Amino acid sequence: MNRTTSKTLWGIGDAIVIIVALVPVLWLASLSFKDPSTIGDGSFVPQKWTLENYRGIFSTDLFTRALVNSIGIAVIATALAVLIGSLAAYAVARLRFPGKGVLVGAALLIAVFPPISLVTPLFNLWRELHLFDTWPGLIIPYLTFSLPLTIYVLSTFFRDIPWDLEKAAKVDGASPFQAFTRVIAPLATPGIVTTAILVFIFCWNDFVFAISLTSTLNSRTVPAAIAFFTGASQFQTPIGSIAAAGVVITIPIIVFVFIFQRRIVAGLTSGAVKG
Amino acid sequence: MTAQSGATGVTQPPAQVRSRGRRARAPLSEGARAERRLGWLLCAPAVIVMLAVTAYPIGYAVWLSLQRYDLRFPAESHFIGLANYATVLTSNLWWTAFGVTAFITVVSVAIEFVLGMALALVMRWTLIGRGGVRTVVLIPYGIVTVVAAYSWQYAWTPGTGYLANLLPNGSAPLTSQWPAIFITILAEVWKTTPFMALLLLAGVSLVPDELLRAAKVDGASGWQRFTQIMLPLMKPAILVALLFRTLDAFRIFDNIYILTAGANNTRSVSILGYDNLFTALNLGIGSAISVLIFIAVAIIAVIFVKGFGAAAPGQEVDRG
Repeated sequence: MNRTTSKTLWGIGDAIVIIVALVPVLWLASLSFKDPSTIGDGSFVPQKWTLENYRGIFSTDLFTRALVNSIGIAVIATALAVLIGSLAAYAVARLRFPGKGVLVGAALLIAVFPPISLVTPLFNLWRELHLFDTWPGLIIPYLTFSLPLTIYVLSTFFRDIPWDLEKAAKVDGASPFQAFTRVIAPLATPGIVTTAILVFIFCWNDFVFAISLTSTLNSRTVPAAIAFFTGASQFQTPIGSIAAAGVVITIPIIVFVFIFQRRIVAGLTSGAVKG
Repeated sequence: MTAQSGATGVTQPPAQVRSRGRRARAPLSEGARAERRLGWLLCAPAVIVMLAVTAYPIGYAVWLSLQRYDLRFPAESHFIGLANYATVLTSNLWWTAFGVTAFITVVSVAIEFVLGMALALVMRWTLIGRGGVRTVVLIPYGIVTVVAAYSWQYAWTPGTGYLANLLPNGSAPLTSQWPAIFITILAEVWKTTPFMALLLLAGVSLVPDELLRAAKVDGASGWQRFTQIMLPLMKPAILVALLFRTLDAFRIFDNIYILTAGANNTRSVSILGYDNLFTALNLGIGSAISVLIFIAVAIIAVIFVKGFGAAAPGQEVDRG
């Protein structure tokens, strides 16, 4: 198969992927640009364009404050999850110690307890501890529920890094900490980036904790704020505003992913060690 | 699990390790003790955070599930043992919801695995606009579930939606059981295939290019290279992707909540739990449902981890 043919085939593959991924997104964007009078017309392309929905959501601080909260909380939770998770993942993948199996199993089970049954007791606990309606009040549960995925993904990466590299670093006088930060972590970059993207999106998306553990603009994130759109405009369905908000909050995700996607596949250990 | 990982360590081929002259490891030497301490130390922050958030709420939910605890009749609360579980497990509502959830989970995870693998290969090797493709593929996962669900609901409602307009006149797919379930699966697959694809891509990136080139030189077909080189090397990544996606799919909530609110027997087990906890305010029954979901999910997790054996995280690996 020559290069032109394979380029064409990849091009067709790319096109299918992009169309399937984007058609529902375009529908969402179309809803956000439709005038309230035509929003229920079922047409894929707006018949009457308007920016009213966007003006609406940016006119009060309900949405803008929520956007700031969402970004701050998701960034901090992601950074902490990757940091704490990679320490534990390194231990799980590379060290021998009793209790490891229990840790790995328990981490998984804890994280899969249905969130809907956790929010009521957590609500009571957070009020006692004055964490209710604060950034840490959301960051801590997000951290908890992203740690298992972080530990699982990163440990599969750490495990595949050749031991010889770590030994070589130690022979050259590196402390275990230096060996980790200078040798192991850079080689595991694809895993770290993958995890960071997934954790960021998880925090960004969460509705259940956000709606139960916040009450004001102090810490309410966008998915929770969207639930309050209904009250803001009583004479029309807020689907236009919801769609506009959905489009706006997808932009940071696109930027975040576009910056980091290059690092996902980074020719992991190729050439780093001779077999 | 600990005992098993010990056994795996023994049965794994020690020949290669010895031939490379790796130092012998006497049980509980000074080095081994230091390694233990370091292992516990590194895990401590994660363990503390996870326990701090979940220990009390999980304990409380289990305790509630053993009580007759209905917020409409708070005076009648008392310990009733496993009676709530008996009520749930003999109820048709539970088993219908369980069947719907299991069906959605199996079908959507199977489709997502095939599509996710294809996407991972495209994202890894496409020759045109790689960065753009990778970014676009992840957009559906980045759209807030509730918003995406609203747009699907609008699209499938007769009159307001472009998809409903493609159907024969008068059909309202979201108002009958099976069409609604398939729309839920479609929304779920569209939304979460990128999650699967990204985790599989991370696995694909662990496959050395040299190995694939060598196999090609030796005359292996594309399919052989995929099944005999890539799949075995990707096993740990596949386990993680399937495991986390299955666990997540089994707890499906947002999509159904918006699309049908559980009408016409489209409830998932999480919707059933929510209805009992927050609508009927029967905390005893609702908590029993939560614990049952937890048990079901735990069983799924154990099956996956056992099925993948040494590829599962936490198993001892050859340190050659």
